[in-house]
Amino acid sequence: MSHDHDHDHSELSGIELRVRALETLLTEKGYVDPPALDLLIETYQTKIGPKNGARVVARSWTDPDYRARLMEDATAAIAELGFTGRQGEHMVAVENRPDIHNIVVCTLCSCYPWTVLGLPPVWYKSAPYRSRAVRDPRGVLGEFGVFLPEETQIKVWDSTAEVRYLVIPMRPDGTEDWSEEALADLVTRDSMIGTGLAILPGAAEEDTL
Amino acid sequence: MNGAQDLGGQMGFGPIEIEANEPNFHARWEERAFAITLAMGATGSWNLDTSRFARESLHPVDYLQSSYYEIWLKGLERLCLDKDLITPEELESGQMQVPPHPVKRVLKVADVAGVLAKGGPASRTASAPALFKAGDRVRTLVMHPEGHTRLPRYARGCEGTIEAVHGAHVFPDSNACGEGESPTWLYGVSFKGTDIWGADSDPNLTLRLDLWEPYLERL
Repeated sequence: MSHDHDHDHSELSGIELRVRALETLLTEKGYVDPPALDLLIETYQTKIGPKNGARVVARSWTDPDYRARLMEDATAAIAELGFTGRQGEHMVAVENRPDIHNIVVCTLCSCYPWTVLGLPPVWYKSAPYRSRAVRDPRGVLGEFGVFLPEETQIKVWDSTAEVRYLVIPMRPDGTEDWSEEALADLVTRDSMIGTGLAILPGAAEEDTL
Repeated sequence: MNGAQDLGGQMGFGPIEIEANEPNFHARWEERAFAITLAMGATGSWNLDTSRFARESLHPVDYLQSSYYEIWLKGLERLCLDKDLITPEELESGQMQVPPHPVKRVLKVADVAGVLAKGGPASRTASAPALFKAGDRVRTLVMHPEGHTRLPRYARGCEGTIEAVHGAHVFPDSNACGEGESPTWLYGVSFKGTDIWGADSDPNLTLRLDLWEPYLERL
Protein backbone atom coordinates (compact mmCIF):
# COMPACT_ATOMS: atom_id res chain seq x y z
CA MET A 1 0.00 0.00 0.00
CA SER A 2 1.35 3.37 -0.95
CA HIS A 3 1.64 6.02 1.70
CA ASP A 4 4.12 8.31 0.04
CA HIS A 5 1.73 11.20 0.33
CA ASP A 6 1.96 10.88 4.11
CA HIS A 7 5.33 12.49 4.00
CA ASP A 8 4.27 15.52 2.00
CA HIS A 9 3.30 18.18 4.51
CA SER A 10 3.90 21.15 2.25
CA GLU A 11 0.25 21.73 1.38
CA LEU A 12 -3.09 20.22 2.20
CA SER A 13 -3.48 17.08 0.14
CA GLY A 14 -6.74 15.67 -1.13
CA ILE A 15 -6.96 13.26 1.76
CA GLU A 16 -6.29 15.96 4.35
CA LEU A 17 -9.07 18.10 2.94
CA ARG A 18 -11.37 15.10 2.82
CA VAL A 19 -10.79 14.21 6.49
CA ARG A 20 -11.14 17.82 7.54
CA ALA A 21 -14.44 18.18 5.65
CA LEU A 22 -15.88 15.04 7.23
CA GLU A 23 -14.75 15.96 10.74
CA THR A 24 -16.20 19.47 10.38
CA LEU A 25 -19.48 18.06 9.17
CA LEU A 26 -19.74 15.42 11.89
CA THR A 27 -18.91 18.05 14.52
CA GLU A 28 -21.47 20.52 13.16
CA LYS A 29 -24.09 17.79 13.25
CA GLY A 30 -23.24 17.06 16.85
CA TYR A 31 -22.26 13.41 16.27
CA VAL A 32 -18.74 13.89 17.60
CA ASP A 33 -17.34 15.97 20.44
CA PRO A 34 -14.00 17.56 19.46
CA PRO A 35 -12.41 17.31 22.95
CA ALA A 36 -13.28 13.60 22.96
CA LEU A 37 -11.51 13.21 19.60
CA ASP A 38 -8.41 14.89 21.01
CA LEU A 39 -8.48 12.62 24.05
CA LEU A 40 -8.84 9.48 21.94
CA ILE A 41 -5.68 10.42 20.06
CA GLU A 42 -3.81 11.44 23.22
CA THR A 43 -4.73 8.18 24.95
CA TYR A 44 -3.17 6.03 22.23
CA GLN A 45 -0.21 8.39 21.88
CA THR A 46 0.66 8.37 25.57
CA LYS A 47 -1.12 5.68 27.59
CA ILE A 48 -1.78 2.59 25.52
CA GLY A 49 1.18 1.03 23.75
CA PRO A 50 3.66 -1.86 23.72
CA LYS A 51 5.07 -0.86 27.11
CA ASN A 52 1.86 -2.36 28.53
CA GLY A 53 2.53 -5.69 26.88
CA ALA A 54 6.19 -5.59 27.92
CA ARG A 55 5.08 -5.35 31.55
CA VAL A 56 2.87 -8.41 31.10
CA VAL A 57 5.71 -10.39 29.54
CA ALA A 58 8.27 -9.33 32.16
CA ARG A 59 5.88 -10.29 34.95
CA SER A 60 5.32 -13.68 33.30
CA TRP A 61 9.11 -14.20 33.19
CA THR A 62 9.61 -13.50 36.88
CA ASP A 63 6.43 -14.81 38.49
CA PRO A 64 5.52 -18.43 37.67
CA ASP A 65 2.11 -18.09 39.31
CA TYR A 66 1.36 -15.08 37.15
CA ARG A 67 2.52 -16.95 34.07
CA ALA A 68 0.19 -19.82 34.92
CA ARG A 69 -2.74 -17.41 35.28
CA LEU A 70 -1.75 -15.69 32.02
CA MET A 71 -1.76 -18.95 30.11
CA GLU A 72 -5.05 -20.01 31.71
CA ASP A 73 -6.99 -16.73 31.30
CA ALA A 74 -4.97 -13.99 29.65
CA THR A 75 -7.79 -11.43 29.73
CA ALA A 76 -7.99 -11.65 33.53
CA ALA A 77 -4.23 -11.83 34.07
CA ILE A 78 -3.63 -8.78 31.87
CA ALA A 79 -6.42 -6.94 33.69
CA GLU A 80 -4.50 -7.51 36.94
CA LEU A 81 -1.97 -5.00 35.58
CA GLY A 82 -4.76 -2.59 34.69
CA PHE A 83 -4.95 -3.19 30.93
CA THR A 84 -8.50 -3.84 29.78
CA GLY A 85 -10.96 -2.88 27.10
CA ARG A 86 -11.17 -2.06 23.45
CA GLN A 87 -9.48 -4.63 21.17
CA GLY A 88 -8.36 -6.65 24.18
CA GLU A 89 -11.67 -8.03 25.38
CA HIS A 90 -10.74 -11.66 24.67
CA MET A 91 -7.02 -12.14 25.14
CA VAL A 92 -5.00 -15.31 24.67
CA ALA A 93 -1.27 -15.55 25.45
CA VAL A 94 0.85 -17.91 23.37
CA GLU A 95 4.35 -18.77 24.51
CA ASN A 96 7.39 -19.25 22.34
CA ARG A 97 9.60 -22.20 23.18
CA PRO A 98 12.80 -23.55 21.68
CA ASP A 99 10.75 -25.91 19.51
CA ILE A 100 7.85 -23.63 18.54
CA HIS A 101 7.64 -20.03 17.41
CA ASN A 102 4.34 -18.16 17.26
CA ILE A 103 3.53 -15.27 14.95
CA VAL A 104 0.31 -13.26 14.73
CA VAL A 105 -1.38 -11.74 11.69
CA CYS A 106 -4.80 -10.56 10.59
CA THR A 107 -5.16 -11.47 6.93
CA LEU A 108 -8.67 -10.02 6.64
CA CYS A 109 -8.17 -6.60 8.23
CA SER A 110 -5.95 -5.29 11.03
CA CYS A 111 -7.03 -7.06 14.25
CA TYR A 112 -4.39 -6.40 16.90
CA PRO A 113 -4.34 -6.46 20.72
CA TRP A 114 -4.61 -2.72 21.37
CA THR A 115 -4.71 -2.96 25.17
CA VAL A 116 -1.21 -4.43 25.34
CA LEU A 117 0.43 -3.29 22.08
CA GLY A 118 -1.36 -0.06 21.19
CA LEU A 119 -2.08 0.69 17.55
CA PRO A 120 -0.58 -1.58 14.89
CA PRO A 121 2.36 -0.44 12.76
CA VAL A 122 1.77 0.22 9.06
CA TRP A 123 3.53 -2.98 7.99
CA TYR A 124 1.18 -5.11 10.11
CA LYS A 125 -1.79 -3.71 8.16
CA SER A 126 -0.05 -3.88 4.79
CA ALA A 127 -0.68 -6.27 1.92
CA PRO A 128 2.86 -7.72 1.88
CA TYR A 129 2.65 -8.86 5.52
CA ARG A 130 -0.98 -9.96 5.50
CA SER A 131 -0.60 -11.95 2.30
CA ARG A 132 2.65 -13.70 3.13
CA ALA A 133 2.65 -14.28 6.90
CA VAL A 134 0.31 -17.26 6.55
CA ARG A 135 2.04 -18.87 3.58
CA ASP A 136 5.72 -18.06 4.04
CA PRO A 137 6.27 -17.03 7.65
CA ARG A 138 9.93 -18.05 7.54
CA GLY A 139 10.49 -15.67 4.64
CA VAL A 140 8.65 -12.96 6.53
CA LEU A 141 10.72 -13.57 9.66
CA GLY A 142 13.88 -13.31 7.57
CA GLU A 143 12.86 -9.81 6.50
CA PHE A 144 12.68 -8.93 10.19
CA GLY A 145 16.14 -10.42 10.72
CA VAL A 146 14.84 -13.48 12.55
CA PHE A 147 16.28 -16.79 11.38
CA LEU A 148 15.03 -19.93 13.12
CA PRO A 149 16.27 -23.50 12.70
CA GLU A 150 14.36 -25.38 9.99
CA GLU A 151 13.10 -27.88 12.54
CA THR A 152 11.51 -25.17 14.68
CA GLN A 153 7.76 -25.41 14.32
CA ILE A 154 6.11 -22.17 13.28
CA LYS A 155 2.55 -21.52 14.30
CA VAL A 156 0.75 -18.63 12.61
CA TRP A 157 -2.30 -17.20 14.37
CA ASP A 158 -4.69 -15.53 11.92
CA SER A 159 -6.90 -13.21 14.01
CA THR A 160 -10.17 -13.97 12.27
CA ALA A 161 -12.47 -13.33 15.28
CA GLU A 162 -12.47 -10.99 18.29
CA VAL A 163 -9.89 -13.09 20.14
CA ARG A 164 -6.57 -11.23 20.33
CA TYR A 165 -3.21 -12.93 20.66
CA LEU A 166 -0.15 -11.84 22.62
CA VAL A 167 3.06 -13.72 21.93
CA ILE A 168 5.19 -14.33 25.03
CA PRO A 169 8.77 -14.33 23.74
CA MET A 170 11.44 -16.49 25.34
CA ARG A 171 13.37 -14.89 28.18
CA PRO A 172 16.95 -14.26 27.08
CA ASP A 173 19.70 -16.23 28.78
CA GLY A 174 21.88 -14.33 31.19
CA THR A 175 19.03 -12.35 32.76
CA GLU A 176 18.43 -14.59 35.77
CA ASP A 177 19.02 -11.85 38.33
CA TRP A 178 17.37 -9.03 36.40
CA SER A 179 14.51 -7.01 37.85
CA GLU A 180 11.10 -7.09 36.24
CA GLU A 181 11.53 -3.47 35.22
CA ALA A 182 14.87 -4.12 33.51
CA LEU A 183 13.46 -7.19 31.79
CA ALA A 184 10.56 -5.19 30.37
CA ASP A 185 13.08 -3.10 28.43
CA LEU A 186 14.11 -6.26 26.53
CA VAL A 187 10.56 -6.89 25.32
CA THR A 188 9.95 -5.27 21.96
CA ARG A 189 6.66 -4.77 20.21
CA ASP A 190 7.72 -7.14 17.43
CA SER A 191 8.67 -9.84 19.93
CA MET A 192 5.05 -9.78 21.14
CA ILE A 193 3.71 -10.07 17.56
CA GLY A 194 6.19 -12.85 16.84
CA THR A 195 8.14 -11.03 14.12
CA GLY A 196 10.98 -10.45 16.57
CA LEU A 197 12.72 -11.93 19.58
CA ALA A 198 13.39 -10.34 22.95
CA ILE A 199 16.54 -8.22 22.97
CA LEU A 200 19.64 -10.01 24.17
CA PRO A 201 21.32 -8.39 27.18
CA GLY A 202 23.94 -5.96 25.98
CA ALA A 203 22.63 -5.84 22.40
CA ALA A 204 21.96 -2.43 20.91
CA GLU A 205 18.34 -1.51 21.22
CA GLU A 206 18.08 0.47 18.02
CA ASP A 207 15.97 -0.88 15.18
CA THR A 208 14.32 -3.41 17.43
CA LEU A 209 10.93 -1.75 17.68
CA MET B 1 -16.95 -11.48 0.35
CA ASN B 2 -14.06 -12.27 -1.95
CA GLY B 3 -12.78 -8.71 -1.81
CA ALA B 4 -9.32 -7.24 -1.83
CA GLN B 5 -9.19 -7.46 1.96
CA ASP B 6 -8.91 -11.25 1.83
CA LEU B 7 -5.15 -11.18 1.38
CA GLY B 8 -3.93 -14.44 2.92
CA GLY B 9 -1.84 -16.36 0.39
CA GLN B 10 -1.94 -13.74 -2.36
CA MET B 11 1.37 -13.13 -4.09
CA GLY B 12 3.34 -10.37 -5.67
CA PHE B 13 3.13 -7.60 -3.08
CA GLY B 14 6.88 -7.46 -2.60
CA PRO B 15 8.91 -6.99 0.57
CA ILE B 16 7.49 -5.75 3.85
CA GLU B 17 8.26 -2.08 4.43
CA ILE B 18 9.52 -1.94 7.99
CA GLU B 19 10.00 1.49 9.51
CA ALA B 20 12.26 1.77 12.56
CA ASN B 21 10.81 3.68 15.49
CA GLU B 22 7.57 4.13 13.63
CA PRO B 23 5.16 6.73 15.05
CA ASN B 24 1.50 5.84 15.63
CA PHE B 25 0.46 8.40 13.06
CA HIS B 26 2.37 9.73 10.07
CA ALA B 27 0.29 12.86 9.58
CA ARG B 28 -2.29 14.85 11.48
CA TRP B 29 -5.07 13.71 9.15
CA GLU B 30 -4.41 10.12 10.23
CA GLU B 31 -5.00 11.10 13.86
CA ARG B 32 -8.26 12.77 12.94
CA ALA B 33 -9.43 9.89 10.72
CA PHE B 34 -8.65 7.47 13.56
CA ALA B 35 -10.51 9.56 16.15
CA ILE B 36 -13.64 10.24 14.11
CA THR B 37 -13.84 6.55 13.19
CA LEU B 38 -13.77 5.52 16.86
CA ALA B 39 -16.12 8.29 17.93
CA MET B 40 -18.64 7.51 15.18
CA GLY B 41 -18.46 3.84 16.13
CA ALA B 42 -19.43 4.90 19.65
CA THR B 43 -22.65 6.54 18.36
CA GLY B 44 -24.08 3.04 17.97
CA SER B 45 -25.16 3.67 14.37
CA TRP B 46 -23.48 0.47 13.21
CA ASN B 47 -21.47 -2.41 14.64
CA LEU B 48 -17.87 -3.52 14.15
CA ASP B 49 -18.82 -6.13 11.55
CA THR B 50 -20.77 -3.61 9.49
CA SER B 51 -17.78 -1.28 9.52
CA ARG B 52 -15.43 -4.08 8.42
CA PHE B 53 -17.83 -4.93 5.59
CA ALA B 54 -17.93 -1.28 4.51
CA ARG B 55 -14.13 -1.24 4.25
CA GLU B 56 -13.84 -4.51 2.38
CA SER B 57 -16.59 -3.39 -0.01
CA LEU B 58 -14.30 -0.70 -1.41
CA HIS B 59 -13.35 -1.34 -5.02
CA PRO B 60 -10.34 -3.70 -4.93
CA VAL B 61 -8.14 -1.22 -6.77
CA ASP B 62 -9.09 1.51 -4.30
CA TYR B 63 -8.54 -0.81 -1.32
CA LEU B 64 -5.09 -1.89 -2.42
CA GLN B 65 -3.97 1.62 -3.33
CA SER B 66 -5.12 3.14 -0.05
CA SER B 67 -3.21 3.37 3.18
CA TYR B 68 -5.02 1.85 6.16
CA TYR B 69 -6.32 5.13 7.56
CA GLU B 70 -7.53 6.04 4.06
CA ILE B 71 -9.45 2.77 4.06
CA TRP B 72 -10.92 3.72 7.43
CA LEU B 73 -11.90 7.16 6.14
CA LYS B 74 -13.53 5.79 2.99
CA GLY B 75 -15.36 3.16 5.01
CA LEU B 76 -16.57 5.80 7.45
CA GLU B 77 -17.85 8.06 4.66
CA ARG B 78 -19.76 5.15 3.22
CA LEU B 79 -21.29 4.20 6.59
CA CYS B 80 -22.34 7.79 7.35
CA LEU B 81 -24.02 8.01 3.95
CA ASP B 82 -25.66 4.58 4.23
CA LYS B 83 -27.13 5.46 7.63
CA ASP B 84 -28.34 8.86 6.40
CA LEU B 85 -26.20 10.65 8.97
CA ILE B 86 -24.93 12.88 6.18
CA THR B 87 -25.91 13.51 2.55
CA PRO B 88 -23.64 13.27 -0.50
CA GLU B 89 -24.00 17.02 -0.98
CA GLU B 90 -22.91 17.65 2.59
CA LEU B 91 -19.92 15.37 2.19
CA GLU B 92 -18.97 17.20 -0.99
CA SER B 93 -19.27 20.66 0.57
CA GLY B 94 -18.27 19.88 4.16
CA GLN B 95 -21.23 22.03 5.23
CA MET B 96 -24.36 20.94 7.08
CA GLN B 97 -27.41 21.33 4.87
CA VAL B 98 -30.03 19.18 6.61
CA PRO B 99 -30.63 18.70 10.35
CA PRO B 100 -28.75 15.87 12.07
CA HIS B 101 -30.20 12.40 12.20
CA PRO B 102 -30.65 11.27 15.81
CA VAL B 103 -27.91 8.94 17.10
CA LYS B 104 -28.03 6.70 20.17
CA ARG B 105 -25.21 8.47 21.97
CA VAL B 106 -22.37 10.90 21.49
CA LEU B 107 -18.97 10.07 22.98
CA LYS B 108 -18.14 12.89 25.39
CA VAL B 109 -14.68 13.64 26.65
CA ALA B 110 -15.58 12.57 30.18
CA ASP B 111 -16.59 9.12 28.94
CA VAL B 112 -13.58 8.33 26.73
CA ALA B 113 -11.47 6.58 29.36
CA GLY B 114 -14.39 4.51 30.60
CA VAL B 115 -15.54 3.50 27.14
CA LEU B 116 -12.05 2.43 26.07
CA ALA B 117 -11.43 0.52 29.31
CA LYS B 118 -14.75 -1.28 28.99
CA GLY B 119 -14.43 -2.23 25.34
CA GLY B 120 -17.10 -4.29 23.62
CA PRO B 121 -16.90 -7.98 24.38
CA ALA B 122 -18.19 -10.23 21.57
CA SER B 123 -18.99 -13.19 23.84
CA ARG B 124 -22.65 -14.06 24.30
CA THR B 125 -24.77 -16.72 25.95
CA ALA B 126 -25.09 -19.82 23.81
CA SER B 127 -28.57 -21.00 22.90
CA ALA B 128 -27.50 -24.55 22.00
CA PRO B 129 -24.70 -26.89 23.02
CA ALA B 130 -21.45 -26.82 21.07
CA LEU B 131 -21.27 -29.32 18.21
CA PHE B 132 -17.53 -29.80 18.52
CA LYS B 133 -14.97 -30.32 21.27
CA ALA B 134 -11.20 -30.05 21.40
CA GLY B 135 -9.57 -32.78 19.33
CA ASP B 136 -12.44 -33.18 16.85
CA ARG B 137 -11.47 -33.32 13.20
CA VAL B 138 -13.36 -30.89 10.97
CA ARG B 139 -13.38 -29.57 7.43
CA THR B 140 -14.09 -25.96 6.53
CA LEU B 141 -16.86 -25.41 4.03
CA VAL B 142 -16.29 -24.40 0.48
CA MET B 143 -18.36 -21.24 0.26
CA HIS B 144 -18.20 -17.87 -1.44
CA PRO B 145 -20.75 -15.59 0.20
CA GLU B 146 -21.15 -12.12 -1.28
CA GLY B 147 -21.75 -10.78 2.21
CA HIS B 148 -19.34 -10.51 5.12
CA THR B 149 -17.56 -13.62 6.36
CA ARG B 150 -14.50 -14.30 8.49
CA LEU B 151 -13.53 -17.55 6.79
CA PRO B 152 -10.64 -16.52 4.54
CA ARG B 153 -10.46 -18.00 1.05
CA TYR B 154 -7.16 -19.74 1.72
CA ALA B 155 -8.75 -21.81 4.49
CA ARG B 156 -11.89 -22.99 2.69
CA GLY B 157 -12.32 -26.70 2.06
CA CYS B 158 -9.45 -27.59 4.41
CA GLU B 159 -9.19 -30.27 7.07
CA GLY B 160 -8.20 -29.23 10.56
CA THR B 161 -8.51 -29.99 14.26
CA ILE B 162 -10.51 -28.19 16.93
CA GLU B 163 -7.98 -26.88 19.41
CA ALA B 164 -10.02 -24.48 21.54
CA VAL B 165 -13.67 -23.82 22.27
CA HIS B 166 -14.03 -20.08 22.85
CA GLY B 167 -17.74 -20.06 23.70
CA ALA B 168 -20.53 -18.38 21.78
CA HIS B 169 -19.62 -15.13 20.06
CA VAL B 170 -21.44 -12.63 17.87
CA PHE B 171 -21.66 -14.12 14.37
CA PRO B 172 -20.12 -11.59 11.95
CA ASP B 173 -21.81 -13.00 8.86
CA SER B 174 -25.27 -12.06 10.18
CA ASN B 175 -24.28 -9.10 12.34
CA ALA B 176 -22.60 -7.24 9.46
CA CYS B 177 -25.77 -7.11 7.40
CA GLY B 178 -28.16 -6.15 10.19
CA GLU B 179 -29.55 -9.64 10.70
CA GLY B 180 -28.63 -9.74 14.36
CA GLU B 181 -25.84 -11.03 16.54
CA SER B 182 -26.96 -14.70 16.29
CA PRO B 183 -24.61 -15.94 19.05
CA THR B 184 -22.69 -18.84 17.54
CA TRP B 185 -20.00 -21.18 18.85
CA LEU B 186 -16.50 -20.04 18.05
CA TYR B 187 -13.56 -22.44 17.87
CA GLY B 188 -9.82 -22.21 17.55
CA VAL B 189 -9.00 -24.56 14.68
CA SER B 190 -5.49 -25.65 13.74
CA PHE B 191 -4.42 -26.73 10.26
CA LYS B 192 -1.25 -28.31 8.99
CA GLY B 193 0.47 -25.93 6.62
CA THR B 194 0.71 -28.67 4.02
CA ASP B 195 -3.08 -29.23 4.19
CA ILE B 196 -3.56 -25.62 3.15
CA TRP B 197 -0.59 -24.84 0.92
CA GLY B 198 0.22 -28.24 -0.53
CA ALA B 199 2.82 -30.96 -0.25
CA ASP B 200 5.75 -28.77 -1.28
CA SER B 201 5.15 -26.19 1.44
CA ASP B 202 6.91 -25.88 4.83
CA PRO B 203 6.36 -29.17 6.72
CA ASN B 204 6.86 -27.41 10.06
CA LEU B 205 4.10 -24.85 9.63
CA THR B 206 0.82 -24.85 11.55
CA LEU B 207 -1.97 -22.33 11.04
CA ARG B 208 -4.48 -21.47 13.66
CA LEU B 209 -7.73 -19.63 12.88
CA ASP B 210 -10.78 -18.72 14.93
CA LEU B 211 -13.82 -20.05 13.09
CA TRP B 212 -17.54 -20.13 13.80
CA GLU B 213 -19.52 -23.36 13.85
CA PRO B 214 -21.40 -22.75 10.56
CA TYR B 215 -18.04 -22.65 8.76
CA LEU B 216 -17.27 -26.22 9.82
CA GLU B 217 -18.41 -29.76 9.15
CA ARG B 218 -17.41 -32.88 11.05
CA LEU B 219 -14.98 -35.23 9.40
